[in-house]
Amino acid sequence: MNGAHDLGGGHGHGPIAPDPNEPLFHGDWERKAFSLTLAMGFTGQWNIDQSRFARESMAPGRYLETSYYEHWAHGLEVLLADRGLVSEAEIQAAKPIGPAKPVQRILNAEDVVATLQKGGSAKRDEASAGPAKFNAGDRVIARNINPPTHTRVPRYVRGRAGVIERVHGVFVFPDTNAKSADEKPQWLYAVRFEGQELWGPDAEAGACVYVDLWDDYLDPA
Amino acid sequence: MPHDGHHHDHDHGSELTETELRVRALESLLVEKGYVDPAALDVLVETYEKNVGPRNGARVVAKAWDEADYKAWLLEDASAAIASLGYTGRQGEDMIVLENTPETHNMVVCTLCSCYPWPVLGLPPTWYKAAPYRARSVSQPRSVLAEFGVTLPDTTEIRVWDSTAETRYMVLPMRPDGTDGWSTEQLADIVTRDSMIGTGLVEAVS
Repeated sequence: MNGAHDLGGGHGHGPIAPDPNEPLFHGDWERKAFSLTLAMGFTGQWNIDQSRFARESMAPGRYLETSYYEHWAHGLEVLLADRGLVSEAEIQAAKPIGPAKPVQRILNAEDVVATLQKGGSAKRDEASAGPAKFNAGDRVIARNINPPTHTRVPRYVRGRAGVIERVHGVFVFPDTNAKSADEKPQWLYAVRFEGQELWGPDAEAGACVYVDLWDDYLDPA
Repeated sequence: MPHDGHHHDHDHGSELTETELRVRALESLLVEKGYVDPAALDVLVETYEKNVGPRNGARVVAKAWDEADYKAWLLEDASAAIASLGYTGRQGEDMIVLENTPETHNMVVCTLCSCYPWPVLGLPPTWYKAAPYRARSVSQPRSVLAEFGVTLPDTTEIRVWDSTAETRYMVLPMRPDGTDGWSTEQLADIVTRDSMIGTGLVEAVS
């Protein structure tokens, strides 16, 4: 979706202002937003692409005015409501109104460290995708697509020409995984775009951008 | 609660209070409904507050500086080379390490959200997740680097890697002069988080 999350190339957001003494979490609510999101992710009610789509679906004005963990908290609420796990009325009342719905798994404290260390790769068997459409060195154009649903092709590369730099292997395709949990595994590449191609005469000299893009985002140039 | 540490131009304290209340309500609801184990929440937070952070990545970098074979493996198959030190899992399953040289400077961003290699760097700092860095790193990397106090020669190509997929990138910074004969522990001590994102350089000060 063409949401406020798609920030690449934007102006007017102010200085970067790194804070060398920043704490990991700014207050307890951030710890809660973080840990609740991870723990609920483990229940198997949604995948990572559905989770990203829930966050980026925040109204653009609000997205830009709120912080990272506010995006997380918003995304969690959207998913919980959509899956019928927690309703707005329950959040308002701060207590359960209906019975709990069964979930696939619950993350127990003693399993947390092993679960995090195990992770869950989005890489799939190469046989699940057929041959790669492109090889390193091929010239490609990122498709100009504008789906209102989740996608990972940023606006600033759409319609732009680049060169395949690396072939990463076969990975879950976010667009269909977010829509219907259809993994549609396909080849993923790091594509190099020259600064001039992306930003025209305003590009800084001697700079380029690499973007990870799947087969379904690319055409031969 | 004051939201210290935030650097927004305008105050939105009332919104945060609302968020705090809702997050608190969510926590009690999810625990009461039996979807989350409250003790698991503590372990999740503790893991990233105490055990998983940029010290992991610094050990990877120091070992690569020290051992040519390890460096070659790291650049060839980063996931395996990093896993051999025990750093694996969530948000770092498929790692790629990019080597900085006098000719090429790599830096990493996620313009669409805030993808970051957790097993080696921990959770990302606020600036990495906020709009200014995500917006400008791809279009004005030299001016962004200047805000971090980094100025590179015109002859150094800057490569910005936008983490749009589940591949996670870490930068192997250049080893500074004056560190010959240092132990890997000494080397790891000077490797900064920002140098592994590509927004900093490593200096030989301990």
